[in-house]
Amino acid sequence: MRLSILFKTATRYAAVGAALSLATLGHAAEITGAGSTFVNPILSKWSATYNEKTGNRINYQSIGSGAGIAQIKAATVTFGASDLPMKPEELQAAGLAQFPVVIGGVVPVVNIEGAKPGELKLTGPIIADIFLGKIEKWNDTAIASVNSGVKLPDQKITVVHRSDGSGTTFNWVNYLSKVSGEWKTKIGEGTSVNWPTGVGGKGNEGVAAYVNQIKGSIGYVELAYATQNKMAYAAVKNRNNEFVQPTAKSFQAAAEQVNWAAEPDFYQIITDAPGAGSWPIAATVFVIMYQQPKDAERSKEALAFFKWALEHGQAEAQALDYVPLPGALVKLIQDSWAKNIH
Amino acid sequence: MTTPHVLQAGMAGLRSSRERRDFLYDRAFRFAVTACAVFVLVSLLAAALSMLWGGREALGTFGWRFLWSSSWDAVHKDFGALVPIYGTLVTALIAMLIAVPVSFGIALFLTEIAPIWLRTPVGAAVELLAGIPSIIYGMWGLFIFVPFMGEHIDPWLDEHLGPLPVIGSLFQGPPIGLGMLTAGIVLGIMVIPFVSSVMREVFKTVPPQLKESAYAVGNTTWEVVWDIVLPYTRSAVIGGVFLGLGRALGETMAVTFVLGNAHLLSPSLLQPGNSIAATIANEFTEADSSIYLSSLLALGFLLFIVTFVVLAIARIMLARLALRAGKTT
Repeated sequence: MRLSILFKTATRYAAVGAALSLATLGHAAEITGAGSTFVNPILSKWSATYNEKTGNRINYQSIGSGAGIAQIKAATVTFGASDLPMKPEELQAAGLAQFPVVIGGVVPVVNIEGAKPGELKLTGPIIADIFLGKIEKWNDTAIASVNSGVKLPDQKITVVHRSDGSGTTFNWVNYLSKVSGEWKTKIGEGTSVNWPTGVGGKGNEGVAAYVNQIKGSIGYVELAYATQNKMAYAAVKNRNNEFVQPTAKSFQAAAEQVNWAAEPDFYQIITDAPGAGSWPIAATVFVIMYQQPKDAERSKEALAFFKWALEHGQAEAQALDYVPLPGALVKLIQDSWAKNIH
Repeated sequence: MTTPHVLQAGMAGLRSSRERRDFLYDRAFRFAVTACAVFVLVSLLAAALSMLWGGREALGTFGWRFLWSSSWDAVHKDFGALVPIYGTLVTALIAMLIAVPVSFGIALFLTEIAPIWLRTPVGAAVELLAGIPSIIYGMWGLFIFVPFMGEHIDPWLDEHLGPLPVIGSLFQGPPIGLGMLTAGIVLGIMVIPFVSSVMREVFKTVPPQLKESAYAVGNTTWEVVWDIVLPYTRSAVIGGVFLGLGRALGETMAVTFVLGNAHLLSPSLLQPGNSIAATIANEFTEADSSIYLSSLLALGFLLFIVTFVVLAIARIMLARLALRAGKTT
């Protein structure tokens, strides 16, 4: 008797609760996404501003690019975000479409006593040889030959790489594969590779912490981590044979060199870009969505969010050291939505 | 085992409702505690089997080579567990080399030597150490201990022990502070509270008559501890040591921070390495091919096996000791 009363009360509360939550859902759609940690700061910023404007919320989990791809393939989220593009045939097979949202860059950071940001100069082949363990000391003749005037210590180089799989690593080793035949055949490219030397830090912040701790170390992080931690980054020689500083301008120069319409699904990896002033290790963040989503309403909301972000969120992106997409590319992306995502 | 029989026979004779109720309650209680024990066995078995099932692809593809291959290459999809197994065992061994004598000292001090008023605060402090989350040990290790090792300990070891024959190769390496020695020391500090509190508790159980008799015939404190307290508590002390070892083998977060996370096999303790738990924690979310994921789950299964083998060896050692002790007395 008493139990049944309790049960009735419980169901009544549950019904009220369900009605309430349905009401809030109807009021503002919640869009879920997961993936790249690199894009997390700007997506959080965008979603906060977007929420103020429209009341719609973006719930983004920065769990890593590979995990983001896995989540969207399992259809547990509305969109996935990844620092490496999925191959067009893979996208087709899974019924997915992808487009870029923002551009950033990976930069080499060093811990050399007295080195100022941007002072040290490196070339692709030198970086590859350091990461292969072939160049072991900072005063190696190969490094000295491009750094006249910089005092290089007689110090052992400690390589710091990512211990977890990562889109940052993918872009970094993709670049090394392009500039070093030995790297390409011995190590190859992927979100995590068989590092021949060095120590592994977890996440961009882990690599930044290790480079700050270990004297004579070299690592690679997204530009934002280098500037926020006031780390000494290095200038890198691009295909145009000029040493370029990692800045929003050089990342953008790299993005503009790419013919985005050339490949289906914007399948472009923009490392080792040609052209004057291009940063050689620029990276694109891609958003992956279903072509024919089960929840069309939510998918439409997500596209509305990205449309707003691409058109109005660029100033916020710049403030966080990301590079806005070139105008022509934004146009291409919006055309692709009309064609691919229903 | 005639109890159920007797109970059944007695059931007919139960007249009062009180007796019948007691009987039923007793049976329910018996069932409940058995279920608790079975629950442990079932969940242990289920965890081990599900990891074996998840790792079947890796174990099937690489076979026995998975155990002794030092390759860990996600690009060419070639995985072997040697580096993580080696790192797990070496760091746990270093941890125990540090933790066992120190814990013994702590327990001894707290039960035999310390003045009464000091025992409670020091004992509480040791137990407080056990309550610190492992991530804190990891951060302390990375930001405080790693630079200290890199600047003071590593160069000294490299300079003074590095040139020695045989053991020299253990201590050669760049002074980066990260590595198996650092991880082992941090693990040792983490394990001390577990081992020492078990030791302290069991040392307290030694009957004072035994100790006092020994003191009365002129034994020193050390002789009393070595000849009376330790033999009396031996199995419990070894149990405590292996509790600590189990924890050292499976510790994840703190190790990830200070071990260096590099799949490199090196004899030197100053070089970075990897452990099973750290590898899984680092790479699980981004394991992008099924063989990669399967290899990580197989690693998890191997951790089970490693722990099981270590504990089994401990049991055998304990049985041998008991046998020998039986013969001599």
